[in-house]
Amino acid sequence: MKDLMDGNTAAAWAVKLARVKCVPCFPITPQTELIETLAKWKSEGKWNGEFRTMESEHGVLAAALGAEMTGARTFTATSSQGLELMHEILPIVSGTRNPLVMANVSRGISAPITLWSDHNDFLSVRDCGWLMFCCETNQEVLDTIIMAYKISENKNVLLPSLVNMDGFIHSYTRMEVDIPDQKKIDKFLPKLNLKIKVDVDNPLSLGVPVMDEYSFFRVNLHKAQLNALHVIKKVQKEWAKFTKRKYDLVESYKLSDADVALVGMGANATVMKAAIDSLRNKGIRAGLLRLRVIRPLPKDEIYNMLKDIKKIAVIDQNISPGIGGIMFPEIKSCLYDSDAIVCNYVAGLGGKPISQQIYEKFALETLKTKKPFRKFVI
Amino acid sequence: MSEVKIVDEKKLKDHGLKGIPFARFGGKIPKTGDWRTFKPVINKKKCIKCHTCWLLCPEAAIKIDKKGYPKIDYHVCKGCLICFKNCPVRAIEKKEDLHAEHLR
Repeated sequence: MKDLMDGNTAAAWAVKLARVKCVPCFPITPQTELIETLAKWKSEGKWNGEFRTMESEHGVLAAALGAEMTGARTFTATSSQGLELMHEILPIVSGTRNPLVMANVSRGISAPITLWSDHNDFLSVRDCGWLMFCCETNQEVLDTIIMAYKISENKNVLLPSLVNMDGFIHSYTRMEVDIPDQKKIDKFLPKLNLKIKVDVDNPLSLGVPVMDEYSFFRVNLHKAQLNALHVIKKVQKEWAKFTKRKYDLVESYKLSDADVALVGMGANATVMKAAIDSLRNKGIRAGLLRLRVIRPLPKDEIYNMLKDIKKIAVIDQNISPGIGGIMFPEIKSCLYDSDAIVCNYVAGLGGKPISQQIYEKFALETLKTKKPFRKFVI
Repeated sequence: MSEVKIVDEKKLKDHGLKGIPFARFGGKIPKTGDWRTFKPVINKKKCIKCHTCWLLCPEAAIKIDKKGYPKIDYHVCKGCLICFKNCPVRAIEKKEDLHAEHLR
């Protein structure tokens, strides 16, 4: 079934299709419509999971963790300051190996207050042990949330997932979305069966205090992330079989013969693709690498796609004051033995609109430069 | 000194369920009585058997005896004094208890 829907509704559809049993939530712009849709469906009897309103985002994630610990498939969604308030619980969810899935509708963090999208909130989770996906279209939001359950619940992974969509651009803009058949989803995503779960008849304590074993458990999280790389590939192949929609760890767009590459993520990648097409019409061989999976970072894939390109511009819609863009050092580290000139643009903070022409300018500037640089769009 | 192992990333092992930090207690309650500085003591003459202390004890260290009076397990009680503060008839007294190590 195809329909015209915004990102929030697409995510709500994914929750319904995945037969999620529990959704604790707290509203925050621009995520509000997502949980409003679920609340509406709950009242109409279209979705029959447990819907709980909590006192704060900290309470939301604590409740979601508790629900997931009992073996119920759980979902929640947040944005910006809400995600920051959840921070204390974020590493506990991954540390206790609970396959929770959360959607983040990205919005710039305060202060000053903005309601518009940038990736600073989403990327602040990158050291918390969560699997992280950054989506480009509303269709991808729906697909990724369902796939994230399958990936997270794999016995070799057992890590929570954070699926990002851009505030306003995805959350409030309608795009064509194909809703898969419920029967096919049920076949793809079997019932959750956790081996270690909280059970009244067989009590256990999760996340216990340890002494010397601490590093063992923390390193294990890294191993699980590495396992996730293979699992993500496998699940995406399986997904492509019955939906005909292919996803990869990173998306390459006209990269194979490119002289200059842009590296970007999120909704702006669509504008970048238009810029690439326009440059190609003018005879300039440009390409785009769209980051889709941020954690685990697919280092080998990024290296293989960029190794022959001499001029690379990493476009960060985020800022880490004191170092510049957040993804720039990560991309640079993937290219450790390449002699490419890698430049960094920090553009689009707080949803500042960046047009196709400006992305073309970025590519041309990078193509001409002989020394790496870092530039900011203010 | 604890044992030190240096492992290459490629040789990291999958530990399956052992990689999840959980513990089953097998019915044993850890003895935390020696954490106490103050000790709550129940005065049975004042107690009205309302069981407020039994309900509020965060460690479940208070049981109810055959006559319906609350009874504190001093091997478990950490001395948080929530029972002392919440007793509606002030039947619980607070006593200094600096030497509870023998309870371990």
